Amino acid sequence: MTSLIAGGIDCDVHPAVPHLTSLLPYLNDYWRDQVTTRGMVDLISQSYPQNSPITARPDWRPETGKPGESLEAMQRHVLDPFQLKHAICNPLYGVQMVFSEDMQAAFCRALNDWLAKEWLDRDTRLRGSIVIPMQSVEKAVAEIERCAQDKRFVQVLMLVMGDTPLGKRALWPIYEAAERLELPVGIHAGSAYHNPPTAVGWGSYHIEDYVGQAQAFQTQLTSLIVEGVFAKYPRLKMVMLESGVSWIAPYLWRLHKFWRGVRMETPWVDRAPLEIVRSNIRFSLQPFDAPPEPETLIRLFQHMQSDELVLFSTDYPHWQFDGQDALPEGLSPDLVRKIMIDNPHATYPRLT
Amino acid sequence: MNIQFRENQEAASPLTVKTAIADCDIHPARATRTELYPYLAKRWQHHLEVYGVHAYQGVMEGPPYPKAQPNASRRDAYPPEGGPQGSSLSFMQKQLLDPNNVQLGVLNPLNTGQGIRNHELSAALCSAINDWQIDKWTSKDKRLKASIVVGNEDGLSAAAEIRERAGDKNFVQVLLLSRNVEPLGQRRYWPIYQAAEEAGLPVGVHAFGFGGNPITPSGWPSYYIEEMVGHSQCQQSALASLVLEGVFERFPKLKMVMIEAGFGWAPSLAWRLDKAWQRLRSEVPHVKRPPSEYIREQVWWTTQPMEDPESREDLFDVIKWIGWDRLLFATDYPHWDYDEPSRVLPAGVSEANREAFYLGNAKKLYGIN
Repeated sequence: MTSLIAGGIDCDVHPAVPHLTSLLPYLNDYWRDQVTTRGMVDLISQSYPQNSPITARPDWRPETGKPGESLEAMQRHVLDPFQLKHAICNPLYGVQMVFSEDMQAAFCRALNDWLAKEWLDRDTRLRGSIVIPMQSVEKAVAEIERCAQDKRFVQVLMLVMGDTPLGKRALWPIYEAAERLELPVGIHAGSAYHNPPTAVGWGSYHIEDYVGQAQAFQTQLTSLIVEGVFAKYPRLKMVMLESGVSWIAPYLWRLHKFWRGVRMETPWVDRAPLEIVRSNIRFSLQPFDAPPEPETLIRLFQHMQSDELVLFSTDYPHWQFDGQDALPEGLSPDLVRKIMIDNPHATYPRLT
Repeated sequence: MNIQFRENQEAASPLTVKTAIADCDIHPARATRTELYPYLAKRWQHHLEVYGVHAYQGVMEGPPYPKAQPNASRRDAYPPEGGPQGSSLSFMQKQLLDPNNVQLGVLNPLNTGQGIRNHELSAALCSAINDWQIDKWTSKDKRLKASIVVGNEDGLSAAAEIRERAGDKNFVQVLLLSRNVEPLGQRRYWPIYQAAEEAGLPVGVHAFGFGGNPITPSGWPSYYIEEMVGHSQCQQSALASLVLEGVFERFPKLKMVMIEAGFGWAPSLAWRLDKAWQRLRSEVPHVKRPPSEYIREQVWWTTQPMEDPESREDLFDVIKWIGWDRLLFATDYPHWDYDEPSRVLPAGVSEANREAFYLGNAKKLYGIN
């Protein structure tokens, strides 16, 4: 397999909240009381059932507790062996599923404070993403501004499936704040389950939801591009996390073709979608959903027509590869350096 | 796609233009609002006048996202005798079938009885449109073949319609749309696949349709272009459902055609399915083989709107990964994003692959000599 290099940036690791009660110290009296009095249970999203094979690699699965809940394990499994300079923590705790904007804002605030205290304070290699309450744009912006004062927070984090398409104008204050504060917006696989997880309804299986993440990313990219987010906020970067990468080129052929056909509908999209993606959108490496043959992989990167789109990730503790084989076979040393070091630094201004 | 926007057009090869082709996606239209009434019971005529079709969408007429052109059709395709584009056989012959030497034209009627909440009305309208296809089209031009349109949400009545038409050489496939109340692999649709397999007819799944679900898994988008691009995501989810529910495993002789949803995404989806299946197959033990194998063996793809990468080598990669034996040329006549036969396939394709692409694959799949 392709050799890793030291000093890389892992753009997608997942520290796990052990239980909703772990957030109690970070909630005010009212919400602490709500959680206990109402008998609220742990917020685990069905996107990642704890025992599902994709949720944790067999050798990364702890004997007790949730995969990813131990800093020592994360150090032993990825930070040390991959010789990482930084790893960006993207908590996938199920706060997005909450419907009340008040409760969601309280939980997001607690989650972000928990991340800073229990992870970022304990290992200087770690950086954080700001989880925001999407039920209220106003509260989301306030949380971004609050957390952004801590420079260890390097991005804003949203899920790929929520209440509305992400390009919708009502959400733009979030993008304004992110651009102003030099925070890329990371969009991670997963759903609030406020809509069916596919555009043709509810499937039967966990595997169906997981495969469908790629289609969700595709529709969100369309929304973000055609609504004009990047015309309005040209310096805004967005990172598709755990999105898969082999669909990017054929998806863009289609979007580009239709944009040429009906661009009169969205005249503010004044650059070709391909160009917008090259300048504003990035993708995390894992899961690398392509066959293992190097010749196919090389062609896929050529189809993308850019070596700047992909950012290194292990997706720890999710099971995307075995051993140290985070980089698919066939990448040139130059491309490895771009993926592991140059591209992440160009994407995240707060990484120094 | 609209030819005025195309760049880098290859000079049309005279050989290509003259060669016979199959057009696997033609949309015949009704000339008048009441053209189906002779095929409908009085009860349903009355029902339509009073209540309309009551679809899984809010608007009484037209699409929820206004199209880019009237009827989403070419402005030069209005028949001289009047009526909407695609509603005249003689004009279709003159504009499409004769000049392009179409040897086989597969009709896929839209705006039929599909996507309607009243399932009895749905069945009646589908049966009517099937009679109408014979009377108005296939009986008058032997190059044209019809699709059995079925009431998609009621598998039993749909299967009955298929069995009634089975063996009728006017029909070469069963037609479904990609967007339904549930993903197409769900059990409610299995009677359709069973009947189609028994009848030896492929099931075509055309992009579009309405099942009430937002066209993104994150809610309703704003623009027509999002719906257009979104059809390929809907098709991917529908195909993933068909694989993961085990439809291809349960109906091993079933053939399916993905119509007007692109094919560039097919290799990526198949790889992703395979990778997820390696991890999660214990959840779906009825999926016995890697998903890509079912897709490779049982799925075909129509070409329009043709994938259009800057480099033709990229296109050839994708076709090679899918298989040159699996693509079916289509124009989508009379729709505005029509693909012109002579301009679709770049130079550099072997004569055998070119023939398969334009004609051979379709004749073989649809059993036309």
